[in-house]
Amino acid sequence: MDALLFLTFAGIAVLCGINLILQTHPISSALSLVGVMGSLAVLYLLLGGAFIAAVQLIVYAGAVMVLFVFVIMLLNAGAERKSSKPAVRAWISLPLIFTFVILLGGLIASRAPADAAVRFGEFTGGTAANIGRALFTAYLLPFEVTSILILIAILGAVVLARKEI
Amino acid sequence: MNFYIVTLIKTGLVAIVLLTFCAYLVWVERKVLAHIQLRPGPYRVGPHGLLQPLSDLIKLVTKEGVVPADVNIFYYLLAPFLSVALALVSIAVIPFGPVVEVFGVQTQMGLTDLDIGVLVVLAMSSLGVYGLVIGGWASNSKYSLMGSLRSSAQMVSYELPMAMAIVAPLLIVNSLSFREIVAAQEGFNFGFLPRWNVFAGPFPQLASFLLFMIAAFAETNRVPFDLPEAESELVAGFHTEYSSTMFAAFFTAEYASITTICCVASLLFLGGWHPLWPAEYGSDLVPAVLFAGAALILVFHGAQAVKSRMWDRFTFPAFGLILLGVAALFLIPALKPVLIPLFWFAAKTGALIFVFIWIRGTLPRFRYDQLMRFAWLTLFPLAVANLLATGLAVALTTK
Repeated sequence: MDALLFLTFAGIAVLCGINLILQTHPISSALSLVGVMGSLAVLYLLLGGAFIAAVQLIVYAGAVMVLFVFVIMLLNAGAERKSSKPAVRAWISLPLIFTFVILLGGLIASRAPADAAVRFGEFTGGTAANIGRALFTAYLLPFEVTSILILIAILGAVVLARKEI
Repeated sequence: MNFYIVTLIKTGLVAIVLLTFCAYLVWVERKVLAHIQLRPGPYRVGPHGLLQPLSDLIKLVTKEGVVPADVNIFYYLLAPFLSVALALVSIAVIPFGPVVEVFGVQTQMGLTDLDIGVLVVLAMSSLGVYGLVIGGWASNSKYSLMGSLRSSAQMVSYELPMAMAIVAPLLIVNSLSFREIVAAQEGFNFGFLPRWNVFAGPFPQLASFLLFMIAAFAETNRVPFDLPEAESELVAGFHTEYSSTMFAAFFTAEYASITTICCVASLLFLGGWHPLWPAEYGSDLVPAVLFAGAALILVFHGAQAVKSRMWDRFTFPAFGLILLGVAALFLIPALKPVLIPLFWFAAKTGALIFVFIWIRGTLPRFRYDQLMRFAWLTLFPLAVANLLATGLAVALTTK
């Protein structure tokens, strides 16, 4: 059951990822990205990271991508033309991609210890309480530093937007 | 195997009840609005228009589904499906009552109980905007596009105060699971004041409840925040170009999300299925007394039937008899642990839904700039202040 769900949603994620690049219309690309994020959330859920899955949906799919789509619709961006590329490029790039994927797979298989492989349903430390405890004890400093960084980014955005109005 | 059968039965039951409820919610809304405006409302189909939802359904399904020219057909068809699916999913994490034993099988009332139930509802409500946005954009019409632009800006803005308002009671309860949230609100202060999140805790969540309800109006695109479909300026907003079953899907989605959000409000703030006052003072008898009272009123009106409506002499007491039967159900000891919590939960949710309709009959629509200003400059700071005060109160009282 777990393997079936994994294959289904991993497949959807990959298909949506390919579709994201192939589509010419920005909205179609953005919605494919939503598909990728949604299937990633299911994969997190399968791995036992329920909290991360929900946050993935709320923050990325529900807030960030809605703003992307909003801006695309506001600017009323039309379909983009495909730039005509020489056919040689496709003939070279495809084998290169395959070589890269095989090399990457080989590297992971050789370096990662076999007993550390992830198994579905084994990890149970992904609840909200676990993550909260980790964030506010072991990783308190990175957490606070990140929050200050985000605060600076928000202030910067407000200042930049103010100038234009 | 037993688990699968029970879950299947429950899923079917919840789906049927929810969809029927949504259909009748339309009838209730039209009736309440009509009575607010001193009209009788739907009256022709069935007694007091009670069969109106059925005839609406037949009308919507048998109508021709017009697909306008130059729409993006894939997204045009995807949008209503997405809308209704996302609106119906979140009911799965909502519990309707305690864990009960039915026919020897111990089961919880409600489909599932997740550790992250509250987050699932938030996620589904923030994803729900895609149905509106895609639909409005794919329709290739200026009214639809304006409607969906407004809705995406509105729903993203109002999600923030809503999430902040939800976090405050979660701080007190210390859990994200609806079942645990309700369990934490059991019992009474001073023997009579229920320990609901609106009343009790180190910091009463009355402000948070009001903020949540205001944000909920905006999240479900209801008056006074129904800018996405403002009919006086945008024809019908994002669903202008939709007809037939696809329009019905958007309509169902709206009512399903109203139901869900009212369920969430009564679970988070109003103690879920816990009664208004202790059972020692007879709160268990309330449903039976209410239904029996309604039956008496019907019999009384039946006896006073005017000459032009002589059939009322039979139909009113007949309906009264049915209500008496319902009242008797609440007195059977075997059914009591199932029905009494269900009654209280339904009563609280129903009262909140009535407020939704009441507001629609009372308030005019906001202007668009007022709406955004209100979200960012009033609602959001208030929600943050409430959250900080709650956090301080919880920090001072624990341990």
